[in-house]
Amino acid sequence: MTQAIKKSSQAVSDRDQLLAEHGMTHEEYDVLLRVLGREPSLAEFGVAAAMWSEHCSYKSTRVWLKQLPTKGPHVICGPGENAGVIDIGDNMAAIFKMESHNHPSYIEPYQGAATGVGGILRDVFTMGARPIANLNALRFGDPSHPKTKQLVAGVVSGIGGYGNCVGIPTVGGETNFHSSYNGNCLVNAMTVGIANKDRIFYSAAAGVGNSVVYVGSKTGRDGIKGATMASTEFNANAENKRPTVQVGDPFTEKLLIEACLELMETDAIIAIQDMGAAGLTSSSVEMASKGNLGIMIDLDKVPQREPNMSAYEIMLSESQERMLMVLKPGREGEAERIFHKWELDCAIIGKLTNTGRLVCTRLGKTEIDIAVEPLVEQSPLYHRPWEATPSAELLNASRYPFPKDATALTVLQQLMASPDLCSRRWIWEQYDSLVGAQTAQGPGGDAAVVRLEGTQKALAMTVDCSPRYCAADPVMGGKQAVVETWRNLCAVGAQPLAITDNMNFGNPEKPRIMGQFVGAIQGIKEACEALDYPVVSGNCSLYNETNGQAILPAPVIGGVGLLDNVSKTATIAFKADHMVLYVIGETLGHVGQSLYLREIFGCEEGSPPPVDLIAERKYGEFVREQIKQGILTICHDVADGGLLVTLAEMALAGDRGAIINRTGDAGFWFGEDQGRYVVAVEKSSPFEQNAKEAGVPLMELGYTGGSALSLQDVGTLELSLLKSLHDNWLPHYMNN
Amino acid sequence: MQAAVIVFPGSNRERDVSLALERAMGKKPLMLWHGDREFPKVDLVVLPGGFSYGDYLRTGAMAAHSPIMREVIDRAKKGVRVWGICNGFQILCETQLLPGILLRNAQLKFVCRSVTLSVENNESDFTHLCQKDQKLKVIVAHGDGNYFVDSSTLNDMNNHGQVAFRYCDNPNGSVHDIAGVFNKQRNVLGMMPHPEDAVEPLHGSTDGAVLFDSIVKVLQ
Repeated sequence: MTQAIKKSSQAVSDRDQLLAEHGMTHEEYDVLLRVLGREPSLAEFGVAAAMWSEHCSYKSTRVWLKQLPTKGPHVICGPGENAGVIDIGDNMAAIFKMESHNHPSYIEPYQGAATGVGGILRDVFTMGARPIANLNALRFGDPSHPKTKQLVAGVVSGIGGYGNCVGIPTVGGETNFHSSYNGNCLVNAMTVGIANKDRIFYSAAAGVGNSVVYVGSKTGRDGIKGATMASTEFNANAENKRPTVQVGDPFTEKLLIEACLELMETDAIIAIQDMGAAGLTSSSVEMASKGNLGIMIDLDKVPQREPNMSAYEIMLSESQERMLMVLKPGREGEAERIFHKWELDCAIIGKLTNTGRLVCTRLGKTEIDIAVEPLVEQSPLYHRPWEATPSAELLNASRYPFPKDATALTVLQQLMASPDLCSRRWIWEQYDSLVGAQTAQGPGGDAAVVRLEGTQKALAMTVDCSPRYCAADPVMGGKQAVVETWRNLCAVGAQPLAITDNMNFGNPEKPRIMGQFVGAIQGIKEACEALDYPVVSGNCSLYNETNGQAILPAPVIGGVGLLDNVSKTATIAFKADHMVLYVIGETLGHVGQSLYLREIFGCEEGSPPPVDLIAERKYGEFVREQIKQGILTICHDVADGGLLVTLAEMALAGDRGAIINRTGDAGFWFGEDQGRYVVAVEKSSPFEQNAKEAGVPLMELGYTGGSALSLQDVGTLELSLLKSLHDNWLPHYMNN
Repeated sequence: MQAAVIVFPGSNRERDVSLALERAMGKKPLMLWHGDREFPKVDLVVLPGGFSYGDYLRTGAMAAHSPIMREVIDRAKKGVRVWGICNGFQILCETQLLPGILLRNAQLKFVCRSVTLSVENNESDFTHLCQKDQKLKVIVAHGDGNYFVDSSTLNDMNNHGQVAFRYCDNPNGSVHDIAGVFNKQRNVLGMMPHPEDAVEPLHGSTDGAVLFDSIVKVLQ
């Protein structure tokens, strides 16, 4: 057999060029030689390069990711499978994960974003879940950068194009702009699904001799080496990589979801895995590895879209909407019947063996014969050198008074019409947020709320990160991202259960960047431990750099929480006049890294607001309890832009003003102190008393009513004016 | 009363409409796969929203030529009530059971938002529980909802009371703000908005329920 490979015309000839093309180091190549005991064929080389790419092997991050807390009483399955699984009671499980598609989206925004959605959907329904919601976190370059507008248009359209067609509501997300993303936008997509707790499907193969079945779309030449592309920096020629971007077909995905879920109703499936990054390579290797088995694949049997595809191309294609399954003996016919009903390809392409080797034949020749275990276990593991980010100065708000002639209300107008705080309606109206008829709260609130069909329960979900905080202090930024999801879930009355993380960073070979990663992990870890809020799934996207310029680090957190009764929730909108307004938590006036500094003074300076994990937990639990008791129905967490922005958002959402009888400086109105919520309650409410008894700090701000925001000693701002400023920035930007 | 929801490959609001029908009828409708050989006798056929056949070629065009639609057309001609919502409306226009065509939205983008409909004609099985000019708050979610019909056909439609609903806040550029139309006999209704997603307090509006209640009341 070895003889056959040696004779192969595809024997590696120009090694250095191949190594460079595949992003493999000489040291890694030496490992491959040791594993094989001979020179690899081109296909073997491709398989090893893909499996050992940063994207598939997590070689720079594994040692750190292991530190994250991943266990909890309700965790059914933590990181390592296609997605995380948590117990939500009544024999139901929530399955969710977030994943990046940054590099493809920059090169080809529509398809890059669309296939990002498709990929994360597959990760979730692979495990037996019916997807019930999609969310996304998007970061684009400076609005004035020539590419930004086109990227926003393409990415938003791609997310909508895919999600709308498969019929999964896109219920929430966040979008930010910053010049560090000029050459490298971030597109992170999250899917949440629901399964029966006793019908969860895993990827570990079992049963020597069992059939390996391929289902879904045919394999083409698209996306070859996608995993390798995602593991290198970009340069000025990034657009030349367009052929490595996959093309999505949401219609096929919809059929694949229905067909897989139909087959999952039977007990025919032993293991199932979607073909994501590195396609057939990673799916077959991972299934075999988890089952400690070998796998034999006849590549001639793989359904192919194009003629004359080589073993290398078939194994590394990242064609979309494909799955690999191991079936119980004799159940192949049942699977075929279901997949043919849904007009999908279904082919037995191989079987499980006891050799522990991945063996692939093409046109009668053995093209790949390599041990599975080293592809996974001997993948390189780097303890990369890292440097902590120097600590930033704690800024004093008194150094940043309102500019001459400006007041809190004029600054508010400026902030509400700024790229990071303006209304995202232009974006989310392109997403079907309602299909399924279970959406209780869609985009625009603190967290999305989706009812579980046929029950009174609901899941709340949110995605959050403040990259500017993370750049200034990665540890605090990591913590803050976690607590912001926690607050957003509490603000709608949900019990936060678990998170998924999507770590977007620059080149880990640079110690400063690696230091950002290490810091963020530490912050996330501390927050998760303090809040009993484990990490159940995640994804790393490194090398987010163009021409040596790294992005602001973005450890994006997706949080999922549970509402026992969907009618006991809160929204951000003012709903009636004469309700009393309070802010929960301490307002100290922290202006460092605030949007106030950035938008008004043009500077990104200082330390980010500190996070007090004990206070966060206490206030969050208090808010949740008040919502559960029906005392609180109007609540909004204080985040970007600070207190006055929060009040303005609540007023605009309810089309109802407020009379504020507090005075304060810039730090008071626009500081971004953490651990705060603004609430509106009836005068006769026991809320204030309850807070006092719970030891939760409150400050009364005024009351709701009128058609303007009125600030004592400052003046009034009509909501109609504020609304037009807030609503118009994005459409105006996109349409001009 | 028996209702059937036809599921095409790519339909995606069949669950929504099934829940709304169940709410009004007190029992689940039949869910018929487009390839099913058996098509039992039913009083109402619903073509749900979605992207049948991926909207490839043209929205609704492929579904309109699927074998099950030949049966639907036959039954519509015999007076069975047929209700197409969103993609279902597009299919009905492609089959020519309804006049006109649905073009790409004027702003060229998918739009999902709350809209207000005005009931133009309450003299139908689908709308008889509404007041004339009653306002219904429902949602739209479509990329190709820009209704177009030539002016002579439009005159004819107006003469026959075939305009069912108009938008008060046209989200897609539809001619004369048309949101839904009947055939001449008014046993076939097509509409772009989704009344099935506005039937319970969770949805933020229950205005869509009156259409389900109307048709169920006639057929029960």
